[in-house]
Amino acid sequence: MSDTKEMKKVLLGPILDNNPIGLQVLGICSALAVTGSMQKALIMTIAVVLVTAFSSLFISMMRNQIPNAVRIIVQMAVIASLVILVDQCLKAFAYQMSKELSVFVGLIITNCIVMGRAEAYAMKEPPLMSFLDGIGNGIGYGAMLMAVAFFRELLSKGSLFDVQIMPLLRDGGWYQANGLLVLPFSSFFVIGLIIWAIRQYKPEQVEKD
Amino acid sequence: MGNKDSFGRTLIFVLVTCLVCSVIVAGAAVGLKPLQVANKALDKQTKILEASGLLEKAGNDIPATYNKYVEAKLLDFATGEFVEGNTQTFDQRIFALSSDTSITPSNDIAKINRRANQTVVYLVKDDAGNTDTVILEMRGSGLWSMMYAFVGLETDLNTVKSVIYYDQGETPGLGGEVENPKWKQQWAGKQLFNSNGDIAIKIVKGGAKAGDIHGVDALSGATLTGNGVENTFKFWLGEEGFGPFIANYRQKLQQNGGL
Repeated sequence: MSDTKEMKKVLLGPILDNNPIGLQVLGICSALAVTGSMQKALIMTIAVVLVTAFSSLFISMMRNQIPNAVRIIVQMAVIASLVILVDQCLKAFAYQMSKELSVFVGLIITNCIVMGRAEAYAMKEPPLMSFLDGIGNGIGYGAMLMAVAFFRELLSKGSLFDVQIMPLLRDGGWYQANGLLVLPFSSFFVIGLIIWAIRQYKPEQVEKD
Repeated sequence: MGNKDSFGRTLIFVLVTCLVCSVIVAGAAVGLKPLQVANKALDKQTKILEASGLLEKAGNDIPATYNKYVEAKLLDFATGEFVEGNTQTFDQRIFALSSDTSITPSNDIAKINRRANQTVVYLVKDDAGNTDTVILEMRGSGLWSMMYAFVGLETDLNTVKSVIYYDQGETPGLGGEVENPKWKQQWAGKQLFNSNGDIAIKIVKGGAKAGDIHGVDALSGATLTGNGVENTFKFWLGEEGFGPFIANYRQKLQQNGGL
């Protein structure tokens, strides 16, 4: 079935071939903020996957009814409702996480990826494909987030998912923690290096002058 | 049905969308409220038990342990006496907003802007029912943020048992290390006042000398957070903080050897 092939492309394409952060350079702002630790990045990934997938699904379901003049506002209303839903659920079921993440969860509303997919894909394609496209892009965003968080947490705290991998000097170990990578802006370096690595591997992603 | 871009259709579509979205959002907010409130209370109880050193004993049953050992009492700052009132609904942050229920401190070294007239003090009992830890709530500005802490004291109101910062927004890895267990540990056993009764607790840059009962190591790379911590203690132990309460309490302690 050619459909399966298309579905696979929509679902897995955004991870490496068409990464929303790596190629489209969208959603950088939140990628800076939540990549200090793997656990935060994971929760953020789950939240973004859910919001992108369901907003694309609902908008695609409504796409033939949405009046052109107000389509952006309708998209915003759907996305904002979903984000509030995620935030409320976090507060109810993962309180510790929501305390650390609540500001950034609210900012998913302004995450360019969510609206970008709604406007560019879900307004034209049927619901199932839009849903998969949303999941795919959410995962693509999340993969980049996790990759950045991997380096930042490992080098700044010597741990992954709060499990100590390299014992710190401060605690009597041998690893001198890198204070620079604690700060959000250091993600720029890590993201830049990862984009460079992806484009070395896939030279067709390099922009032509 | 007409064109989907006509004025009437647009209006109806927007209204229906808004209605559906608001019903979903309101439903979630109301439906999940009890869980959220319970989470918040549990979080606070956990911190209080941590400050009293009972957290390990509590295991998974935090509310039961809390209810068994912790007694919350409302304290009036000016008189230093306990007063009647609902400690469940009392919230420093809300009471500090209104001029009826709060004052502007004249010597605001901790930069808290306003101080509520009352506060909740937590008395932690031992198994025999005698108070064995007194937990005071303190707050003060660090470098970026207001830092909120529970400070657990021995019944002499001088020896520190624990300092638990439970809400702060300092730089992660630098000032944020006020939540680091290693740093918190060294507060245990420090004395807040010297033998003359003056506030003596201080943050020592480069590390406190061994045996210094008033000095706590500064956090490296976080001078301003450290200053904030020191000023927080100076303010809340002073006349506009818990000063009157501590004086009263000591007097009672001398008279009947217990509270």
